[in-house]
Amino acid sequence: MKKKSILTLAFVVIIAIVLNYVAFIGFNVAGYKYDGMFGDPSKGQVQGIKKGIDLAGGSVITFQAADENKNPISANESDLNTVKTIFETRLSSAGYTEYRISTDVNEGKITVEIPSVFETDHAASLLGDVAKLTFNNAAGEVVLDGATDIKNARYEYGQTDNSGASSHHVTVEFAPEARQKFADATRIAAAAGTGNNFISIQMDGQEVSRPRVSSVIDSESCVITGDFDAASAKDLANKIKSGQLPFNLTIASQETVGAELGKDALPTSQLAALIGIILIMIFMVIMYRIPGLIANISLAIYIGLIGLAMGAFHINLSLSGIAGIVLSIGMAVDADCIIFERMKEELRIGKTIKASVASGFNKAFSAILDSNITTIITCVVLLFSGIGTVKGFATTLAIGVILSMFTAIVITKFLLKQLAGIGIENRKLFYNTKANKGGAE
Amino acid sequence: MKDLTKNRWKFVILPALIIVVGIVMYFLHQGFNFDVEFMGGIRMQIDTKTDFNSDEIAQLIQENTTDNVKATVQTGENSHIAVIKTPPVEENVKAEIISALKTKYNVEDKDITASSASASFGQNIQRKALGFTLIAILCILIYIAIRFEWRSAVMAVIALAINVFVMAAVYAITNIPLNTTFIAAMLTVIGYSINNTIVIFDRIRENMKARKKNETVSALVNRSVCETMGRTINSTITTLITIVLIYFLGVSAIKEFALPLIIGILAGAYTSIFIASTFWASWKESNIRAKAAAAQERKSNKSKKK
Repeated sequence: MKKKSILTLAFVVIIAIVLNYVAFIGFNVAGYKYDGMFGDPSKGQVQGIKKGIDLAGGSVITFQAADENKNPISANESDLNTVKTIFETRLSSAGYTEYRISTDVNEGKITVEIPSVFETDHAASLLGDVAKLTFNNAAGEVVLDGATDIKNARYEYGQTDNSGASSHHVTVEFAPEARQKFADATRIAAAAGTGNNFISIQMDGQEVSRPRVSSVIDSESCVITGDFDAASAKDLANKIKSGQLPFNLTIASQETVGAELGKDALPTSQLAALIGIILIMIFMVIMYRIPGLIANISLAIYIGLIGLAMGAFHINLSLSGIAGIVLSIGMAVDADCIIFERMKEELRIGKTIKASVASGFNKAFSAILDSNITTIITCVVLLFSGIGTVKGFATTLAIGVILSMFTAIVITKFLLKQLAGIGIENRKLFYNTKANKGGAE
Repeated sequence: MKDLTKNRWKFVILPALIIVVGIVMYFLHQGFNFDVEFMGGIRMQIDTKTDFNSDEIAQLIQENTTDNVKATVQTGENSHIAVIKTPPVEENVKAEIISALKTKYNVEDKDITASSASASFGQNIQRKALGFTLIAILCILIYIAIRFEWRSAVMAVIALAINVFVMAAVYAITNIPLNTTFIAAMLTVIGYSINNTIVIFDRIRENMKARKKNETVSALVNRSVCETMGRTINSTITTLITIVLIYFLGVSAIKEFALPLIIGILAGAYTSIFIASTFWASWKESNIRAKAAAAQERKSNKSKKK
């Protein structure tokens, strides 16, 4: 019994060490690889946590669906999803690979986070333009509509006419029926007199180019030239290709976080957490002696688990998320405190160590359960709030509370039983036998 | 330990004092220091890489914008970082400000942290924040009413309200910008202080079941608070260890979050020990007395009839 208990205890300590090693440093065994919580894909490692905008730096833009006079309107889910898809196309075509888009149907809002991108205004205009492409005749009538008549658009550089000069331009391909429409329109335009023989190509009501038409153009594609440089021509092609937004968008809020400012947040918090953990461990041993050691093993397992959970689920870690985790470390030993105080009381009235462990734990259970559930309730409400920064905090705090309940109820209890199994007779190792009441004297 | 229930009104003095100071400072500072998320406007942090003059930047912004924007400029984490705030402006005006700053200090986009929000967005967030805080409190109230009794729920929520006011007072006194992290901080404290209150109420609930006839409710509550005191103090200490370290070692954005948390956690422990349970005891006691008096009356009525 005694030998078995000691072995089990040693085994749990080893598990705790391995768990922390895996969670923070990672492993590479038999082809399976994990680079720990801080794994960084940009260094060729397996992705761990994702750094939020406030840590990595970058842009956050929130758009509001609006009518033509820029008054906010509500939007249905399918329209917002259309916007989302269009945003995704525009972002990827512009070379932004890491981004997050979230929509809020109730408010008609759509929020885009792009890490490591600091030209927020450019990104905002790239995303926020409706991109309504029309081909109009001299009378201002729409002859072709980009939303239905265009199959594809691409940026090109080269000669577009016989003058020999190369220019940045956009080539659009027509959808099958549009070819005929365009041929008809150009025939009419070519026949019109000087001054009216043109087609006006407009984006969002602004004329981009006004090619003169001298004969019928019956072709699968047409070229849009204008006052472009490479970047603006690429943007235009990107916008045409991604399609037309179902409504206007106004910018509700935008945020740029400089890379330099968030840089120190993570290392300093890690240091604070490390020192905090060491101090808590020392404190627990001073206050609770041998059970304090047990709490420390539980705490180590808790920290390993939370590191693993954060890394494996690629939690988006923000400043407030860090605060949530660090806070949860302090709160994790709370359940242990409740159990140990209870045990002390049982020991003082003369019960054996084994009996004290059992009844101390049972009596502490309702307090642990009720107190943690209220915290989980607040976390759930926060998650539903939809307020970005708050959600990050609530996620980490909720993970923390649930894991700490697990370590207290399962691990601490298991270890305490092993401790009782070892059969230590010296009660001084459990509490201050001289003090006769209260815990903190 | 002294009789806590008897002194219960004395315990109210400390939080009341903090709240009063908070109200005075609220008017001195002309309201809370709302961040742009709540009010709309621009908040910018720029690393000028040199020592700067706040008035000079304010003037620069006024001269270089179409609406002659009036900005407030403060020094940030170090003497090179300027924190600039303006009322809500159009996007093109914001671009003007940024380009003026970039030219003046020869900095790049990555040295600038800017957030802007429209006025309506700010109001919306404010409304949401308040709404969700109230929902959270209501949910907790219902849970406690089910698991304990409705008097406990009411007292727990009153203690909680005191904590929230104390925290709001801290924001008013220190002039820390009020933004969405304030909501996170406040809800953490709500969760945490309820946590403390519940552990004490749990002990009271247990002791009440085995109450001896000759023990008054106040004495029982006193005993319960003392029995749980070790745990309350120890777990407050462990929680404070980490958050205090974050306060001293962390970057300024985390500091702004940590300070109200520290105050809130202390207030949470204080109100659950000295206010929630003591007032519950006197309430319960007067309730028991009223019941006893009613029973007495019925008895005497009956005997009269005989």
